[in-house]
Amino acid sequence: MAQYEAVIGLEVHVELKTNTKIFCHSSTEFGADPNHHVCPVCLGLPGVLPVVNKKVVEYAIKAGLALNCQIASFSKFDRKNYYYPDLPKNYQISQYDLPIAEHGHLEINVNGTDKRIGITRVHMEEDAGKLVHQGTISTTPYSLVDYNRTGVPLIEIVSEPDMTSADEAVAYLEKLKAIIQYTGVSDCKMQEGSLRCDANISVRPVGQTELGTKAELKNMNSFKALHKAISYEIERQMEVLEDGEKVVQETRTWDEARGVTLSMRSKEEAHDYRYFPDPDLAPLVIAREWVDEIKASLPELPDERRKRLVSAYGLPEYDAAVLTTTRELADYYEQCVELFNNPKLVSNWIMGDLARMMNASGQEIGDVRISPAQLAKMLQLLDKGTISGKIAKTVFEEMFNTGKDPGQVVEEKGLVQISDAGLIDKVVEEVIAANPKSVEDYRAGKEKAIGFLVGQVMKSTKGKANPGMVNKLLKEKLDK
Amino acid sequence: MQLHYLTAHQLHDMLVSKKISAEEITRSVFDRIEQVEEKIRAYVTLTKEQAVSCARLVDKARMEGEALPPLAGIPVAVKDNMCTKGVRTTCASKILYNYIPPYNATVMEHLNEARAVMVGKTNMDEFAMGSSCENSALFTTCNPWDTNRVPGGSSGGSAAAVAAGEAILALGSDTGGSIRQPASFCGVVGMKPTYGAVSRYGLVAYASSLDQIGPFARDVTDCALLLNVICGHDPLDSTSAPYDVPDYTSFLTGDIKGVKIGVPREYMGEGIDPAVREVIKKAIDIFTGLGAVLEETTLPHTEYALPAYYLIAPAEASSNLARYDGVRYGYRAEDAGDLVDMFVKTRSEGFGPEVKRRIMLGTYALSAGYYDAYYNKALKVRTLIKADFDRAFEQFDLLLGPTAPVTAFKRGEKVNDPLQMYMVDICTLAVNLAGIPAISIPAGMVDNLPVGLQLMGRPFGEGDILRAAYAFEQNTDHHRKLPE
Ligand SMILES: [Zn+2]
Repeated sequence: MAQYEAVIGLEVHVELKTNTKIFCHSSTEFGADPNHHVCPVCLGLPGVLPVVNKKVVEYAIKAGLALNCQIASFSKFDRKNYYYPDLPKNYQISQYDLPIAEHGHLEINVNGTDKRIGITRVHMEEDAGKLVHQGTISTTPYSLVDYNRTGVPLIEIVSEPDMTSADEAVAYLEKLKAIIQYTGVSDCKMQEGSLRCDANISVRPVGQTELGTKAELKNMNSFKALHKAISYEIERQMEVLEDGEKVVQETRTWDEARGVTLSMRSKEEAHDYRYFPDPDLAPLVIAREWVDEIKASLPELPDERRKRLVSAYGLPEYDAAVLTTTRELADYYEQCVELFNNPKLVSNWIMGDLARMMNASGQEIGDVRISPAQLAKMLQLLDKGTISGKIAKTVFEEMFNTGKDPGQVVEEKGLVQISDAGLIDKVVEEVIAANPKSVEDYRAGKEKAIGFLVGQVMKSTKGKANPGMVNKLLKEKLDK
Repeated sequence: MQLHYLTAHQLHDMLVSKKISAEEITRSVFDRIEQVEEKIRAYVTLTKEQAVSCARLVDKARMEGEALPPLAGIPVAVKDNMCTKGVRTTCASKILYNYIPPYNATVMEHLNEARAVMVGKTNMDEFAMGSSCENSALFTTCNPWDTNRVPGGSSGGSAAAVAAGEAILALGSDTGGSIRQPASFCGVVGMKPTYGAVSRYGLVAYASSLDQIGPFARDVTDCALLLNVICGHDPLDSTSAPYDVPDYTSFLTGDIKGVKIGVPREYMGEGIDPAVREVIKKAIDIFTGLGAVLEETTLPHTEYALPAYYLIAPAEASSNLARYDGVRYGYRAEDAGDLVDMFVKTRSEGFGPEVKRRIMLGTYALSAGYYDAYYNKALKVRTLIKADFDRAFEQFDLLLGPTAPVTAFKRGEKVNDPLQMYMVDICTLAVNLAGIPAISIPAGMVDNLPVGLQLMGRPFGEGDILRAAYAFEQNTDHHRKLPE
């Protein structure tokens, strides 16, 4: 088999977190009843005119700046003409030749290697509505249209075809998502469709400079799906070439259930969108001062923050990278550290127990009921020896489930660590008396036997005995 | 007394001095409609009940001692491409025959604030595409001066309504001459304001970068009064200009001494009916007699206005009219199989031939591979045409010429020859491409048919235009002539 390489570019649609739509005052709230958030403008009724929401332009500029783009001083909106029932005007207001931002880049790290991925452009556009079919699109007797989403502001971020593997594509999308989230212009929820990704994939023999024929992959709604779909598609195209056939330029969709990509339509049927400047919207003249103002309002972005966590707290690179995947998680971490100054221990708890429970319950950091202050308090109890490491895990779980204060949990469940030497001494005596075999084993040189005896003490104190003291006392008595 | 043939300012004076009531004015207009509408057919929809109750409210306010704004109680006809909340708005198209907008156009809001009384919605060429009102999918409107002739288009219904006494004032829209040309044919005053001076919100778009709403009136004073009501910045229209609207009646002084008026030779040469040219020449003499300084000038790119217009307007129209697909409102073809079939059948059955012609022209002009050769080139021509006017206005305060090259033609005469029909607008198109204001006022008669004189001004120079038009009107009596 000849050596092939893949060339991948991503087109990412991000829904902007504005209260109102891009060209009217209708709400952008998610999950309302069908056709609840509509007005004559977003319904495209005869005679209506769009007026651009300034916040959308501001957010698009902010995203552009965060992606190291140049911001246009003169930009405009164009009409992209095509017929579809969920598109009320049968044209979409978008940007064609003069997008708001161009020529940016971001850095990814795959398998320890840094790589820069180019951002071709960032442009603004309105979203379309959605069709609701009874059954499938080909058998439905009728279709219903929900226009709640029409006019919801989007930015489309187009990358250069700089990626060569599914790993890189996923790393790019993760980084892109993190950067956009940090700026606050979108919550980037893939499950709610506020972050959507299409991939252009082609394959060519290694050494060939010209690009192979590409397929456009649509409808990937998770990082997992993106990875699987790209891997599958690269494999598929290589096989096509290997068989001496030609890759067809087409749009394909990822079938999650079957784990394959399927052809949607070939490019021969593709539209001529007849782009032209929207005569209803005056061109945008972007003042430098405004761009500077927005730039000044940019928060610390993931890469800077990762570096700062390493230098300020002495965290390992790995921890810093994990903790900065979202702004909320990094904020959470830093708030904890401020109240409990043991950066690595805090990191361990967040990356360990907290992450595990979040995964298991499908929660995001924003949903977590344990406040940073509560986590810090728990770590203080642990630090002071009020609770043992083992108890801490129990306390933490209870806090996660109920949102209660650690102090309250410890009190309610009677989980305070027993550090009373006399009390522990009594239990140790009992355990030694009840387990002569183990005592004998230990004295015969089987060091491991002491572990069993410690366990017995812990068991009879319901895990509350101070393990250090238990160890010490046992040893003293056995070694006598 | 024939109230329906008085002007708004005359009626206002009588209303304020309690010689008449608003209800009497309204009823007089509806009586007139009853009398002549069968012959003229200016209206698509009449809103008599609404009009009478609106007039009564004006009378009630007057009784309670409220000061009445100048257009309170004045019957106004509205072209059927402006959205009227709860009142059918058809654009004279089969595709919108049953469409009732849930909102008012901004101009309607302004008319309501001014307490004007809407008489009804007037006939037009379908989606404002046409020069004779014969492209209406509903019926043809007749010219009140000669019912065998067209009223002009596309705002023919509004022009005919004012000319025939079926309304005191009217609103029209002007994309390539659609107010001025019918005003010329029907012997009334019609004005296209500067692009951006009047909100387009709620005006069903034909060609967004050219469309502009404007007034029809019997005299220049009424025109200024209606302009006062409809002009102004609208936050709902991004192309609406933020500017301070002056009181346009303050320009009506009668004094035009020293005003410099250019007469572009392109508007007086070949293609202009010699009899029409003679009327304009006489008007020039009157202006000269009033102390204005008139001089021949040139707008060298005028001949390219027609081709540029017929690329830009259809291109925008092809996109603006894409929304009429049978999915949400209006006409839907009945026996369609699938989605694409429904789009195709709905649009094939719903649109008339002229609309289809322009959609196809526009679609072609915007297609990949033809964009630069046609649409883009037309935009460049548009820039040249604008520059022509800029240059002329460095030297002149106003430009003058005929509104239309001919008087109203016979119905059916040009229907089968689109190119000949398009030529009727050659004197008006360039104004829309340049976005400047222009007026048509009655300037005389040829064979008992009115001839319109066009005055063009600088952007937002409506006041200067009205000043000159008023001075002319004060010294002639063409505007007092009535049909019949
Ligand atoms: Zn809306």
